[in-house]
Amino acid sequence: MDWLADTVVLSRMQFALTAIFHMLWPVLSTGLAIFLVILEALWLRTQNPLYYRQARFWAKLYVLNFGIGVASGLPMEFQFGTNWAPLSEFVGDFFGAVLGFEGAMAFMLEAGFLGIMLFGWNRVPPVIHFLSTVMVAFGANLSVFWILSANSWLQTPAGGSFSDGHFHVENYFTAINNPFMLRSVLHMSLATVETSMLVVAAISAWSLLSGKAEEFFSFSFRLALVVLLVVAPLQIVAGHESGLQVAEHQPTKLAAMEAIWENQAAGEAPPWTVIVAPDENGGRNRWAVGLPGGLSWILEGRPRLSQDVRGLNSWPADQRPRMVGLIFYAFRLMAGIGVAVAALMGLTVLLWWRTGLTPEFFRRQAWLSWCWILAAPAGYLAIESGWIVRCVGRQPWTVYGQLRTSEAASQLPAQEVLISLSSFAVLYGVLLVFALVFGARLIRKGPDLTLDPPTGPVRGPLPLPAD
Amino acid sequence: MDFLDVFMPVVWFVILALFLLLYVILDGFDLGVGILSLTSPSEKQRTLLMASLGSIWDANETWLVLMGGALFGAFPLAYGTILKALYGPIYLMILGLILRAVAFEFRENAIDKRPWNLTFGFGSLLAAASQGICLGTVLSGLPTDADGHFIGSPWIWVNGSSLVVALTLIQGYVLIGSTYLILKTSGELQQLHVRTARLAAATTLGGALLITATSPFVSETLRARLFDPAFLPFFVLLPLLGIALIVQLFRSLSLGQEVWPFVYTVLLFVLSFAGLGVMVFPAIIPPSITIFEASSSVTSMVFMLTFIGVLIPIMLFYNIYNYIAFSGKVDAEPDQV
Ligand code: HDD
Ligand code: HEM
Ligand code: HEM
Repeated sequence: MDWLADTVVLSRMQFALTAIFHMLWPVLSTGLAIFLVILEALWLRTQNPLYYRQARFWAKLYVLNFGIGVASGLPMEFQFGTNWAPLSEFVGDFFGAVLGFEGAMAFMLEAGFLGIMLFGWNRVPPVIHFLSTVMVAFGANLSVFWILSANSWLQTPAGGSFSDGHFHVENYFTAINNPFMLRSVLHMSLATVETSMLVVAAISAWSLLSGKAEEFFSFSFRLALVVLLVVAPLQIVAGHESGLQVAEHQPTKLAAMEAIWENQAAGEAPPWTVIVAPDENGGRNRWAVGLPGGLSWILEGRPRLSQDVRGLNSWPADQRPRMVGLIFYAFRLMAGIGVAVAALMGLTVLLWWRTGLTPEFFRRQAWLSWCWILAAPAGYLAIESGWIVRCVGRQPWTVYGQLRTSEAASQLPAQEVLISLSSFAVLYGVLLVFALVFGARLIRKGPDLTLDPPTGPVRGPLPLPAD
Repeated sequence: MDFLDVFMPVVWFVILALFLLLYVILDGFDLGVGILSLTSPSEKQRTLLMASLGSIWDANETWLVLMGGALFGAFPLAYGTILKALYGPIYLMILGLILRAVAFEFRENAIDKRPWNLTFGFGSLLAAASQGICLGTVLSGLPTDADGHFIGSPWIWVNGSSLVVALTLIQGYVLIGSTYLILKTSGELQQLHVRTARLAAATTLGGALLITATSPFVSETLRARLFDPAFLPFFVLLPLLGIALIVQLFRSLSLGQEVWPFVYTVLLFVLSFAGLGVMVFPAIIPPSITIFEASSSVTSMVFMLTFIGVLIPIMLFYNIYNYIAFSGKVDAEPDQV
C-alpha cells in the first residue's frame, strides 16, 4: 500500500475523482439549457401553454442539477492551487488568465441570470425572461469553451515558450486557439447536447411507457429526437476528428488507445484491434482480436498506412502512458456508444416515419422505450470515458511534453490529501444518491399540466421555493 | 522598472480586493443568513430565510470563483503558495460551501426537511469559520523561502489569533445577514433580526478591538506598519470612522429603520477592508512577498485587464438588475396572485 503515502498518486486520484464527479453535472447545465431556450422561444412565438409547461418542468430538473454542478466545480478550481501549486506557477500566465475569463465571462453570466430564469416568470417582462434563459445557456456554453481551451492547451501547449520553470506567453490567441482547441470544444459541446437529449428522451420514454402525460412527453420525445437527428451523426464525425488530432499531436496517446506496442511501418496494413489483453510489463498484447487491415482505414481512410505509426515500446517507459487497458477500453466504450446511439436514433426516426410514434406504439414496443431509457446513462458513460482517454492518455505529462505530473504536484503531507480524498469520496457518493432520489421524485411526479402561463410582471412577494 | 511593471500589479491588487470585498459582503450575508437559519423558530420562517437568498446566492458565490481565477492569473505564485499553505482550511471551506449549495436544492425536494436545514446552517457556519481562519493565517504571515514557496508547517493555521479572526468574521457575517433580513422581512421575523443584529454588532466590535489590540504581537511586520508614522493618518482616521459608523448603526436599529442598518454594515465592511489593505499592501503573501514579485508577466496582466476589466461594469450592471427584479420583502402579503 505504498500509494497511501504517495502524495502525487493521492493528488491524482483526488483530481480524477473530483473531475469525474463534477463532469456529471455540466452535461445538463449546458445541454439542457439549449433545450430550454428552444422551448421558451416556441412558447413566446405560439403562446401555446404546452410549451410553457415544458419549460417549467425541465427547468426543475435543471436547478437540481445546477446546484451540484456549481458545488462540485469549486474544488476543481481550488485544487490547482492546493494540490498543483507548481503547475499553477508554471502555467499561471496562460492558464490562470483563462480561468479568470471563465469566471468573468461565463460563470458570472450564468449565475447572474439564473435567478431570473428560475424565479422571474412573474417578475420581468417575457422578453427579458427569454433573454435571461439565453444568457444562462450562453454562459454555460462559454464556460465549456474556456475550460476546454485551457485543457486543450495542456494537451498541445502553444503560443509561447518555456524557460526557467515558467511558460511565457508570446501570443495569446495562438495559445487559446491551440491545435486541439477547436475540435475538442466541438466534440465536448456535442457531447453535452447529445447526452442531455438522451436524458430528455429517456424520461419521456419512461413516462410514455407508464402512460403518463402522453401529449406532453410525446412532444418532448420528438423534440429531443429531432435534435439528436443532427447531433448524433455529427458527433461521430467530431469524434473521428478528435482521433485524428491525437494521431497528429500525441503519438503516445494514440499508441495507448490502440494498444500498439511495436512500430507499424508505412505501407503495411495492420489490423484494428477490438479486444485485447495487454501485458504492460512484457510490452506486448497477450492476445488480440481485430479487423484485418482496419487501422489504416480508420487513421487515413486508405488500405495501407502512408506513414509510420509508432508503438509504445519505442518510447522509454517513463515517457509513455500506463494503464493501457483502461485507455484502450474507455475509447472503445465511448465510440461504441456513439455509434449505438446514432443507430438507435436512426431506427426510431424510421419507425416515426412508418408508424407516427403514437403513445400506444411505445407501450406495445416496450423494448424500444427501454433502449432509450438505457441510452441516457450510456451518454454519461461515454463522456466519462472520453475524459479518461484524454487525461490518462496524456500521462506522464500534465503539460504534454513539458511538465511531468510528478513535478506538477504540490509537496503536501500524504495524510492531508488522504483525508480530503477519502472525505470527497464519501461525500460525493452520498450526494449522488440523493440527487438520484430527488431527481427520480421529480420525474415520477411529472409535469404540472394545470400550470397557467404568467399574465405579466407583478410586484408581489418573492416566490417561495415551494412554489 | 518600467511604469507598467509597477502599475499593472497595483491595478490587479485593487481589482482582486474589489472582487474579494464584493464576495465578503454579498456572500457574507448569504452565509450570515445561513448561520441564522439555525436559530429559526419555525419551518415557515426558515423557508422565508432561504427564499430571500434563492435568486442570488449563486451569483454571490461566483465572486469567490472569480477572485480565485483572477488571483491565479495575476499572481500565480501567490495562488500556489497561499492555497497550498492553507490546504486544511481551504478544504474545509469548500466542504462548507458544497454542503450549503446542495442543501438549497435538496431541501426543496425533501419531505423531511430537517437534515437539510442542519446541512444548510452548519455548511454556512463551516464556510464562514474557514474563511476567517484563512484570513487570520494570511494576515499573521506565511513563512516562505526566497522563491516565495511556502516552507511552514501544514498546521500553521491552527492558532489562537486565527481563531479570533474566525470568530469575528462569523459575527460580522451574522451582523450583515441580520441587517439583510431586516431589509427583506417584516413583522416578528424582522424584530427577531433587529435583536440578532444588535448582539452581533456588539460581538463583532469586541472581536475587532481584540484583533487590533493583539495584531502587534502576532506579527513583526504588522507591528512595524502600525507604528510607522507614514501610515499614522490612516490608523487614526479608520478607527474614528469606524466608531462613528457603529454609533450610527445602533441608532438606526433603535429607530427601526430598514435600509440604513444594512448600509452602515456594508460601510463597516468596506472600512475594515481598507484597514486590512493598508496593513498588508504591497505584500500579497505577507509578510515578505510583494505583488511585484508574485505577479505574472506584464503582457499577461494587460491581456487579462482588457477582457476582465471591460466586463466588471457589465457584471455589476446585471447583478444589480437581478437585485432590482427581486426587490421587495419575501413575506409581504401577496397583492396579486
Ligand atoms: C462541460 C464542460 C465543463 C468541464 C470539462 C468543467 N466544467 Fe466546471 N462547470 C461547467 C462546465 C465544465 C459549467 C456547466 O459551466 C458549470 C456546471 C454547473 C454550473 O453552474 O457551471 C461548472 C461549474 C464550475 C464552477 C463553479 C462556477 C460557479 O460558481 O458558478 C467552477 C469553479 C468550475 N466549474 C471549475 C472547473 C474546473 C477547474 C474544471 C476542470 C478542471 C471544470 N470546471 C471542468
Ligand atoms: C477541462 C477541464 C480539465 C482540466 C483543465 C483537467 C486537468 C487535469 C489535471 C491538471 C490533472 C492532474 C494532473 C495529471 O494527472 O495530469 C488531471 C487528471 C485527471 N483528469 Fe483531467 N482535467 C479536466 C477535466 C477532466 C474531466 C471532466 C475528467 C473526467 C470526467 C477528467 C479526468 C481526469 C483523470 C481521470 C485524471 C487522472 C489522470 C491520472 O493521473 O492518471 N479531467 N486533469
Ligand atoms: C464514434 C464515436 C466517437 C469517437 C471516434 C470519439 C473519439 C474521441 C477521441 C479520440 C477522444 C480523445 C481526444 C483527446 O484525447 O484529446 C475523445 C474524447 C472525448 N469524447 Fe469522444 N468519441 C466518440 C463518441 C463520443 C460520444 C458519443 C461522447 C458523449 C456523448 C463522447 C464524449 C467525449 C468527451 C467528453 C471527450 C473528452 C473531451 C474532448 O476531447 O472533447 N465521445 N473522443
